[in-house]
Amino acid sequence: MRDEGWMPSALCGLGNKMSLIEIKQLSKTYVSGEERVPALVYVNLTIERGEFISIIGPSGSGKSTLLTILGGLNHPTEGEVVVDEIPIYQLPLEKLADFRREYLGFIFQSFQLIPYLTVIENVMLPLAITEKSNREQLKMAEEILGKMGLRGKGKRLPDQLSGGEQERVAIARALVNSPPILLADEPTGNLDTKTGKEIMELFKSLNEEGQTIAMVTHNPENIGFSSRTIQLRDGKVVNGEPH
Amino acid sequence: MRLKDISINNLRRRKSKVLFLILGLTIGITTVVTLISITRMMNEDISNKLDEFGANILVIPRSNDLSLSYGGLNIGGVSVDTQTLNDSDVPKIRQIEVKENISTVSPKLIGVVEIDGKKILLTGVLFQEEIRLKKWWKVHGDIPKSRDEILLGNEVAVKLFKSSGDPLAINGKTVRVSGILDETGSQDDFLIFGDLAFVQEALKKPGALNLIEVSAFCISCPIEEIVRQISKVLPHAKVTAIKQTLQTKMEALDHFKKFSIGISIIVLLIGGLIVFTNMMASVNERKREIGVFRAIGFRKSHIIRIIFLEVFIIGLLGGITGYILGLGVSYILGPMMTGIRGGGVLIDPVLAVGVVFLSVTMGILSSIYPAIHASKMDPTVALRAL
Repeated sequence: MRDEGWMPSALCGLGNKMSLIEIKQLSKTYVSGEERVPALVYVNLTIERGEFISIIGPSGSGKSTLLTILGGLNHPTEGEVVVDEIPIYQLPLEKLADFRREYLGFIFQSFQLIPYLTVIENVMLPLAITEKSNREQLKMAEEILGKMGLRGKGKRLPDQLSGGEQERVAIARALVNSPPILLADEPTGNLDTKTGKEIMELFKSLNEEGQTIAMVTHNPENIGFSSRTIQLRDGKVVNGEPH
Repeated sequence: MRLKDISINNLRRRKSKVLFLILGLTIGITTVVTLISITRMMNEDISNKLDEFGANILVIPRSNDLSLSYGGLNIGGVSVDTQTLNDSDVPKIRQIEVKENISTVSPKLIGVVEIDGKKILLTGVLFQEEIRLKKWWKVHGDIPKSRDEILLGNEVAVKLFKSSGDPLAINGKTVRVSGILDETGSQDDFLIFGDLAFVQEALKKPGALNLIEVSAFCISCPIEEIVRQISKVLPHAKVTAIKQTLQTKMEALDHFKKFSIGISIIVLLIGGLIVFTNMMASVNERKREIGVFRAIGFRKSHIIRIIFLEVFIIGLLGGITGYILGLGVSYILGPMMTGIRGGGVLIDPVLAVGVVFLSVTMGILSSIYPAIHASKMDPTVALRAL
């Protein structure tokens, strides 16, 4: 998709200070029977390239909804999400899937590793639908696993790893395709304090290498690792100042 | 890593469920193979019996001359003095489109000869074919093996006071009586049978025929079609079917075929239902996994391909197992159901490929809805944790 020429600038130099993500007048209302529950109300937000933002707020404030909308998984009721100058919700569904593959790396709260695939296969998953050869895929996966400190553990199944290691596999899977944006939902939610801190330090170092990260978190200790905090309450941004 | 690796690994993980799915399709395919094999065994049995019942198609010259009867059957315009059929017509019958339905072709030349002042019908035959056609013949002595040997009908032997080994002069040529036919109660009792070439020479009608008896079986086509095709290659001949032969048996077989098709459809539908319910359950179990696939950029078509690939493998295994089991079951049940002994099971590659294809198709058809359902799953619902 990147070679199709319609979304090239995300891969251009990281020094480009144009906004990577622009959220304009974004609203999302869930309808359950006759009840309408507003999750996000006219949210406006800009995320620059290389930023590491934390999205915080109490339960039901709209954090997860914002992340799924950012991830191209949840169509907004109103407003627009523009990533790298692409209004993503105007894309046909299959192109939107291609966009997710090319632009986004997801890290889910409970890792969401595929239990019947080995560690290396889990990491190669986003590459399975590319034209990359098996050899190339393997090389890329081994490289990122090495970076995550998991060298030699590629043939294990996820349940043979500790929580921290599973989280690292999930991060490796999210990064294997070198996506410009990393979206993380409570990445330390299932980890002990020590491992959680290690993961956050890993995020920090990735960000220092230029990786744009948007992270939903409940943990106040995690906020310090990010460059900006977006605070949501009742579906509205109440604070979005840099640290 | 390719989509197929995801499918194969998932099948490996869910071994018991996969085995259950394969079993569902195997039962369906086994039933189909068993019923087809048994129907074939019955067909083969009927075709064998058809030989024992003699000819069921008569080929005679188109002629309005003298009417004769043969074997109790009116064979229309057979004229002993007209020759409109000849030796070259025999291979033409063997070359018709449905030639595999032709069992025996027995050409004849019948002529009147005078022996000891008695007029007798001399019949030239190819003994090899004639014996296949008339399995009820019992011969005292031997079947003629050369052109200077003849076989006498029972009544002829009595009238001419001849027995096996005696010489007999026919139109100035002396031949040896190699055997006497036991009484058949048919026209054959009044005939002298000689080698076709000898009779053609004795009657001075080289290459001539005035009757061809054909034994055909009609498993894959109606007898009318065989008659039509013979008429087409022999436009100068009149081709007549004796429809009564084994018609009742064929009708019974037809009923069995219809019953088999009905049972096969029902069993296959049950197999399909098993696949459908299991695939639906599997898809619902894999909601999160599908959510992950969608989130990391898999298209709907990728999800459908993963599921179809799994069903393809299941269908393939179910088809192969079903075919092998079906052969085994027909080998055991076939003789019990049909009363045919010693009939081996026919390994038919077309049937093998056909049922494997059927199994795969059934699997895929039953999984269309679950696959589409999976591809349409909302990733945010699938990933509740997100």
